[in-house]
Amino acid sequence: MNSELVLTVAGLSKYFDGVPAVQDVSFELKRSETLGIVGESGSGKTTLARCILRAIDPDEGVVRFNSDGGWVDLHRLTDRELVPLRAEMQMIFQDPFSSLNPRMTVQEIIEEPLLIHGLDDRRERRTKVLEMLDLVQLSHESLTRYPHAFSGGQRQRIGIARALILRPNLVVCDESVSALDVSVQAQIINLLEDLQQELGLTYLFVAHDLSVVQHICDRVLVMHRGRVVEQGTVDEVFDHPKEDYTRLLLSAIPSPDPDVPLRPLDRRSLGL
Amino acid sequence: MAETTDNVLEIRDLAVDFKTDTGLTNALVNVGFDVPRGKVTAVVGESGSGKSVTANCIMRLIQPPGRITGGSIAFQPEQGEAFDIVSLGKKDPRLLDLRGGKISMVFQEPMTALSPVYTVGNQVAEAILCHRDVSKEVAWKEAAHMLERVGIGDIERRMTMYPFEFSGGMRQRVVVAMALVCNPEVLICDEPTTALDVTIQAEILTLIRDLQRELGNSVLFITHDLGVVAQLADQVVVMYQGRVLEIGTVRQVLKTPVHPYTRGLLAAIPGLAKKGQPLSTIASVVGDTDITTPWPLVTLADGRQVSLPPDQIPEGAS
Repeated sequence: MNSELVLTVAGLSKYFDGVPAVQDVSFELKRSETLGIVGESGSGKTTLARCILRAIDPDEGVVRFNSDGGWVDLHRLTDRELVPLRAEMQMIFQDPFSSLNPRMTVQEIIEEPLLIHGLDDRRERRTKVLEMLDLVQLSHESLTRYPHAFSGGQRQRIGIARALILRPNLVVCDESVSALDVSVQAQIINLLEDLQQELGLTYLFVAHDLSVVQHICDRVLVMHRGRVVEQGTVDEVFDHPKEDYTRLLLSAIPSPDPDVPLRPLDRRSLGL
Repeated sequence: MAETTDNVLEIRDLAVDFKTDTGLTNALVNVGFDVPRGKVTAVVGESGSGKSVTANCIMRLIQPPGRITGGSIAFQPEQGEAFDIVSLGKKDPRLLDLRGGKISMVFQEPMTALSPVYTVGNQVAEAILCHRDVSKEVAWKEAAHMLERVGIGDIERRMTMYPFEFSGGMRQRVVVAMALVCNPEVLICDEPTTALDVTIQAEILTLIRDLQRELGNSVLFITHDLGVVAQLADQVVVMYQGRVLEIGTVRQVLKTPVHPYTRGLLAAIPGLAKKGQPLSTIASVVGDTDITTPWPLVTLADGRQVSLPPDQIPEGAS
C-alpha cells in the first residue's frame, strides 16, 4: 500500500458556546487507506469530520491536506480559496432520503458538482454521469427519474455517484451505511470497497456500528467526549483494546451467536 | 414441538392489504406463528417484510388504507376465555382492555412515543389510570416504583421532568416502564433499540431480558438485527415480503438455517464475514430463485417450520 499521506490533523479543537465538542485531536491519513472514527452519539465524530472538510470552522489546530497541487493548510484558507479544493474532498451522507433534492432528476443530482466547479460541456457531463451510473451499478434509465422512485440502497448509490464524479482524493463517509437494511448495507459496503480499489480512494469512515468498522477499516480512532481515547489498526483496537472506554464499546455489541452471551461492561464501575 | 403447547397468541393465515394508487399491496400473506407463553419470540426481516404490520395487527392498529382481510389471532389470557382479536368490534371493551393492558407495546422512537407536553410521571401514571380503578395517588406511587425498576434514579425529581430533559436511553426506559406498568401478558417491542447507541442498546436489551425473566411475561420482539435476536430470543420467525419463511428455536435458525434467505441474512452481517473479503449479499446466497412464491410452511423432523418448494425440503420432513 502507498504510504504517502493525504491528510494530517494536529491539535484540532472545536467549541460550541464554550463547550468542547472536539478537543485536541491529532491523526494522519495515508492514501488509499480507510480510517474509522467510532464513538457514541455526542462523542464528536461528526463534528470532527465536518471540521476537516471545513463544513464548520475549527477553533484551534492544524488540518493539512495533500491536494493535487501540493500540501495546503485547510484551516487557514478563506471560503473562496477552498472552492477548488472541495472537488478533491467529498462527503457521502447518512440519510439517503434527506440528502438528495426531491425536485432534481438523478442526472441533475449527479452532474451538479461538475456544474458548480464549471467543468465540461453538456455532452461530456452526460458521458461522465453515465460512467458513474455504471460504476455504482445503476441502470441508465435512472437518469430521468426522481429520487422518490428509488429504494434506500439505490439512493445511497446515487449519493455515492454524486460524491465521486469529481474524482476526489478524500471521501468522508458519515454513517453512510447506518440507515440501511443489513443485506443492502452489505451491497453498499462491497461497492465502497470495490470503488476504493478501482479509484484509489481514501476514506474517512464515521460510524457507530463497530462490526461495520471492523470489516471495512484499516485503522480506527475511538472518540469519547470529544477526545481520541485510542487509535491503532483495527486488529489492535478490536482484539487488544487498551482503554476501558473501548472495552465498554466492544462489550456492548450483541453477538449473532446465541451461545456468546451479551455481557456489557458497567459504565459507572469503569468511572466513565 | 414436544412440549405442551401453551401459546398466549396463535396467529393463523393473517392477511393484510393496503390500498394504494397503484393497486392493492399485500402487506401480509398467510402469516401464521405461535407466541408461546413466558418466552421471547423474535420476528426478523428487512424493511417491508411485514414485521411491524404483524405487530400492529395484534394491537388492531391497522388503519385505512390498510385492512385485515383474513385470518385470526387467538389470544388466550391467563384467566378468562380465549378470543379472536381480529374479529373484535372497534368498540369492544375487550379490545380497549387489550391495548396497553393485557398487551402493550414499546415503540422504536421514544421521542414520538412520549408526549412532549406531559411530565414523565404523569404519562406512566396515565397508563395505570386508563386500565385500573385506582386513585391518582396510588397510580403515581406505582408509576414511581416501575420507573425505579427500569433503572431511573432520583425518582421524585425525574417524575416531574419532561421527556426532552431525558437522554435517548432514559426515554426508552420510560417507554418500557409505561408498557410494563399494567403488568401485560404480552409485551410487543417494535425495534426498541434501533435508534440507540450500541452501549445504550446493550443496557436496554439487558433490562428487557432481566424484566422478562423476573415477570415471566411473553415478549414479541421485532427487529432486523440478528445480534439482538441471538441475545434475546427463544424462538425466531423470519419474515420476507409479508410471508413467513422459517420458524424455529434461536439456535436452529441462527446456527443451522435451512431457508436460503435466512442464510443470506446471516451471511450479510459484517461481524461474521472474513476481513478483506466482500460481504455476501442476499442475492449472492439466494441467487435468482423466486423466494416470494408462497410455499406452505412444512414442519421438519427437528420441529422447525420452513417455507420451501417441495423438491428443496430436506430429508425427514413430516
